[in-house]
Amino acid sequence: MRSPFNRNVVATLVAAMAIIACAALPAGNRWSEHERAAIADLWIGNLDELAPDPTNRVADDPRAVDLGHRLFVDTRLSSNGRVSCATCHDPAREFQDDVPVATGVGTTNRRTMPIQSTARLAFLFWDGRKDSQWAQALGPLESPVEHGGSRAQYAHVIAEHYRSEYEALFGQMPSLDAVPRTAGPVPDPVARRNWEGLSASERDAVTQVFVNIGKAIAAYERRIEYGESRFDRFAGELIRTGRAPDGVLTDDEMAGLRLFIGRANCTQCHSGPLLTDDHFHNTGVPAVSSLPFDDGRESGAPSVQADEFNCTSRWSDDPDACSELNFLVAHGSELRRAFKAPSLRNVADRAPYMHAGQIASLEDVVAHYDAAPASPHGTSEIRPLALSRRERQQLVAYLRTLSGGVEAPESLLHAPASTKSAYEVR
Amino acid sequence: MKKAKKMALIGVVGLAALLLAAACSHMMMSTGAEPPAASEFGFGPRASAAGLYTATLDPMQQIRVRRMQTMRVTISDAAGRKVEGASVTVDGGMPQHGHGLPTQPRVTRYLGEGVYEIEGVKFNMGGWWEFEVAVTAAAGADTVTFNLDL
Repeated sequence: MRSPFNRNVVATLVAAMAIIACAALPAGNRWSEHERAAIADLWIGNLDELAPDPTNRVADDPRAVDLGHRLFVDTRLSSNGRVSCATCHDPAREFQDDVPVATGVGTTNRRTMPIQSTARLAFLFWDGRKDSQWAQALGPLESPVEHGGSRAQYAHVIAEHYRSEYEALFGQMPSLDAVPRTAGPVPDPVARRNWEGLSASERDAVTQVFVNIGKAIAAYERRIEYGESRFDRFAGELIRTGRAPDGVLTDDEMAGLRLFIGRANCTQCHSGPLLTDDHFHNTGVPAVSSLPFDDGRESGAPSVQADEFNCTSRWSDDPDACSELNFLVAHGSELRRAFKAPSLRNVADRAPYMHAGQIASLEDVVAHYDAAPASPHGTSEIRPLALSRRERQQLVAYLRTLSGGVEAPESLLHAPASTKSAYEVR
Repeated sequence: MKKAKKMALIGVVGLAALLLAAACSHMMMSTGAEPPAASEFGFGPRASAAGLYTATLDPMQQIRVRRMQTMRVTISDAAGRKVEGASVTVDGGMPQHGHGLPTQPRVTRYLGEGVYEIEGVKFNMGGWWEFEVAVTAAAGADTVTFNLDL
């Protein structure tokens, strides 16, 4: 029997259909298996249960959460009585401060990072110079431009205002009778001289109180996570039912999502339910001429290895649980001007962007990744994307679907009663 | 009969178009170096570059991206004898992205019978990774390169 289709007709038809398929796919609200897997990877529902922090014995103690909450907003933990953790990590602003570089008692060189879900990160700060929430919390307290005080000052605050709460968690408060109100290994010459005048056991006693302040603050911060975004509602329904829901994301937002997981290579760094690979990358972010040279992870890696409060230190409650620190990459050109890929959750709510707030808007961030300029130091990992103006707009539209606020007990998002806090100062 | 044949033909044409569409959407994803054939992927046994050794990887957990992993590697020489007391180092990266491993894994224990334990393995994204196990023992120095698809 003679076929109604000769070979040429079939070949032409196949080619035509393939061209139509290539042009039409990807499009609209149809998603390939590969794309569905990429979307599932970003879904907040795939976030693992929060793992314990064995280096912080009180990490999950509700009494420590309460104490940490009060310390988080207490401006007595600063040299001028006006700065608390909440000054820059403002709970009313999703735990950041809306400005390019943070201002405490002075001005820093870096953009404030939000604290949501930082319990899940291996390294903290833009350069990863700390390896736990509690060690991170201690950094700004002794920074001369952030809280500006000293560990002896903070120990005295605990002794005078939080003694019973402290002792319930950590045991008897050491005597501070012989300890000056200002003493610590900080740049301030008086504090440093006083610190050097203390005996080793006095210094250890003060440092132990200081460490416990960090551990209580970390217990509070552990409870602060990211909330479900509109993107998560879309992804969740796609995963649960196998069908992409209509009306959750607009056509532009879906086109932006498709670029995000595809041609724009965003998931090369912004992967997983937190939209970060928790790693360090040089993406050619321009330097700020008014700020000192910043080599990022190249300094951060040796800093965390040498940190007085790192996971293997004697202040850690489990110096054997330190695989991230023990196997970190400490040297090499890939570290040069590499900065932590931040989570993109709530990204539209916290301009400006990058490690020193160099880029003012999401539109300009996408334009940066599209253009992929050479790095001012080291080598940028990214390549130009050749996106159209419309595609850049679509990516921005998708990024705006990642806002889901803060997931935490409501009481932790307001100043606790009877605390001298940044809220009063504002 | 004629109708059935016509339907089958339409089915074939449709399938071909879908396959082509899948191929072109895949092409849009890839950049730079092309991954080797599917048969080159997996945990081995796999021969070293100069054929001095054969190695087999044994992940201690199901491999998940962004998670610290422990692996064991079993090393044999060309004659099939288990290699004792070798110096074993680990490296790797993503040829398509031009970056190395996010951590610096290393052998932390020798378990006997040619088995070496590697701790500190992490992959920070999905895709094609090269995982290189460099072996120095009596037979000489040689490297086994595994291709992993995560």
